[in-house]
Amino acid sequence: MTPTDNPLESFDIDYAPALESTAVIDIADSYGHFINGVFVEPSSGVTFPTVNPATETHLADIADGSPEDVDRAVTAARTAFEGPWGQMTGSERGRYLFRIARQLQERSREFAVLETMDGGKPIKESRDLDLPLSAAWFFYYAGWTDKLEYAFPNRTVAPHGVVGQIVPWNFPLMMAAWKLAPALAAGNTVVLKPAETTPLTALLLADVLCDVDLPPGVVNIVTGAGGTGAAIVDHPGIDKLAFTGSTEVGKTIQRVASTRRIPLTLELGGKAAHIVFEDSAFDQAVEGVVTGIYSNQGHVCCAGSRLLVEESIAEHFVERVRRRISTLRLGNPLDKNTDVGAINSADQLQRITDMVATGVAEGADLYQPECELPDKGFWFPPTVFTGVQQSHTVAREEIFGPVLTVQTFRTAEEAVEKANNTPYGLSAGIWTEKGSKILWMAEKLRAGVVWANTYNRFDPASPFGGYKESGFGREGGLHGLAPYLREQTSGAGGSA
Amino acid sequence: MAEHIPVDKTFKLFIGGTFPRSESGRTFQIHSADGDLLANAAKASRKDLREAVKAARGAQADWAGRTAYNRGQVLYRVAEVMESRRAEFISVLTDMGQTAHSVRAEVDRSIDRWVWYAGWADKLHHVLGTVNPVAGPYFNFTFPEPTGVVVVAAPDDPPLLGLLSRIAPVIISGNTAVVTTGGPSALAAVTLAEVLATSDVPGGVVNVLTGDKAELLPWALGHMDVNSVDLTGEPNGLDDEAVATAADNVKRIVRSDPVGASPYMIGDFLEMKTVWHPIGR
Repeated sequence: MTPTDNPLESFDIDYAPALESTAVIDIADSYGHFINGVFVEPSSGVTFPTVNPATETHLADIADGSPEDVDRAVTAARTAFEGPWGQMTGSERGRYLFRIARQLQERSREFAVLETMDGGKPIKESRDLDLPLSAAWFFYYAGWTDKLEYAFPNRTVAPHGVVGQIVPWNFPLMMAAWKLAPALAAGNTVVLKPAETTPLTALLLADVLCDVDLPPGVVNIVTGAGGTGAAIVDHPGIDKLAFTGSTEVGKTIQRVASTRRIPLTLELGGKAAHIVFEDSAFDQAVEGVVTGIYSNQGHVCCAGSRLLVEESIAEHFVERVRRRISTLRLGNPLDKNTDVGAINSADQLQRITDMVATGVAEGADLYQPECELPDKGFWFPPTVFTGVQQSHTVAREEIFGPVLTVQTFRTAEEAVEKANNTPYGLSAGIWTEKGSKILWMAEKLRAGVVWANTYNRFDPASPFGGYKESGFGREGGLHGLAPYLREQTSGAGGSA
Repeated sequence: MAEHIPVDKTFKLFIGGTFPRSESGRTFQIHSADGDLLANAAKASRKDLREAVKAARGAQADWAGRTAYNRGQVLYRVAEVMESRRAEFISVLTDMGQTAHSVRAEVDRSIDRWVWYAGWADKLHHVLGTVNPVAGPYFNFTFPEPTGVVVVAAPDDPPLLGLLSRIAPVIISGNTAVVTTGGPSALAAVTLAEVLATSDVPGGVVNVLTGDKAELLPWALGHMDVNSVDLTGEPNGLDDEAVATAADNVKRIVRSDPVGASPYMIGDFLEMKTVWHPIGR
């Protein structure tokens, strides 16, 4: 099909607004920390605002966690671990996790709207991805609570104790669910810090935890920015740390954790190669590449930010990608037709803007569709860079925004070499209809998740996590349970 | 005829399948329990470490690319050669002051341990991998892959069993190793290197650096082409700042049991890869 054959070009498709109602939510003026089962004022009295990035309207004042607040949370978690939570049987713990899962399903509309208002992501994504997966994560791990002795043969396992968990702003509730569910299933208690720009759904989750009668102190939520996170990382009462976020911060946390010799899991940045062969299902590959980078405004650690396309089809393929992104609807995230929502924060918008300016300055060719940006809020249009060299900053560094770089290759070996030419190793995508080539590529790509003829799929039964500087440890599945358990006795295996 | 005067062995490094002296020209003396000089062993330098990492990196893709069956056979062959050199291992351990009874027991256990790990090559995927029942029309599976180049701090005690118990779980899955060893385990390590050199293990899969572990390990921890460092054999000799540099490229730091054996110990040096593919017509 040549571009002029495109039937869409002869139609003027305009969607009427289809706004999701915000009547289902009730945001308080201010929120304290959730410690020992109740909301408490921050010890410092200091708060910071959280805003709707699509409108820049103020949503609520959030408590800024001090080391004293973290200490109270750790103490509550320790008391709960040594008290009710630690004394429960696995199946009793499981009852609470099942209840949380059900509550999330029942209140999913409320959570989805709040997630979209606080973070800027399209309602169709918070509704169809974040919420269903958050509930599924609790449901999946709830079932593990009374089966831990079958999880790791010949190993007697026990929880670590108090776990510190720090989650990012791109999937606020879902990242909290990914962290909380396995930690609680294993029998730990938790001090959780949501990201400073997106604390509201974690704080609404606190409501759910109260409603299901989770014993006080089992989950404590301390809000704040990097300083609060550092207080968790540094606290001597924390027995295990889990962090999802940037590679830069992850390295800082690893330095501290290695000194303290406490176990750590890190889910860090990525610069995933999305590899398209000439023998791929062309239309599906176009759609996969577009959703792979532009969904959630590219605020996805495993986003397919580097398109590697076989030279023989490159020109046509890139043309089709450009045409497809010109049809993406950018705007009000609460509109059910919106494809691209708001950039999460002014800071992130500045980072993306600077990175794209660097791309232009270094000589890459910029393409952005004609796209009207709302007057208020933080927005960035879908962007494609062609003429990209491996040495270009935009091809090497994580942008965490709706920016795709395009490079070409001639052989599968060249594709592998280019794909692996990065310190990251979180994910990769392959599009080809040839099965043997998929498996050959999947073996050679140094990445923890490989999507073949699909992209950005997640499931609580499926382990997720990185190679190299994308971190270590897995979330999801049996492998996601392991980091939250320690070996109780020295289990010498076999007869050796 | 005059009595045979023994030819003493020079204890050198083992890098990329060859036995160089340290480029620094440095040596250190190893004495027996009785105080006799046993060896002027090579004392590896930072440059030797870099060369060993280079050799390990160069050998890694080929080693990992072999079939698991083949890696199992190669390790089994090592056990065969160790068995044939049993007297030498016994002699080395005896020189270091162990009793005859404990020496024999340690050599036996060491060979058994190696054979045990050899058999894991084509079984660890069963125990550590999964097929995942995702909620959608996708085939989804997770399987282990080697993490890459691993620097191993060999335990001082027990010298041979500790050494083999830390090397085997690293290389069986397809990692390559740079083993740092000092003190009592150095003689056992050089003897093992001679076994490896005369078996079917490709050059560079195991590299042995004798010297001062506490001197070599900080460089290994800061080396950007090392994926993992096993500190089991150097639990307390390093300062925090040195260990913290491992974060520069997010190295996997392992601290484990020097004499334990477990498929989970193989798992300490593995990455888990998950592959998704749609199911459809």
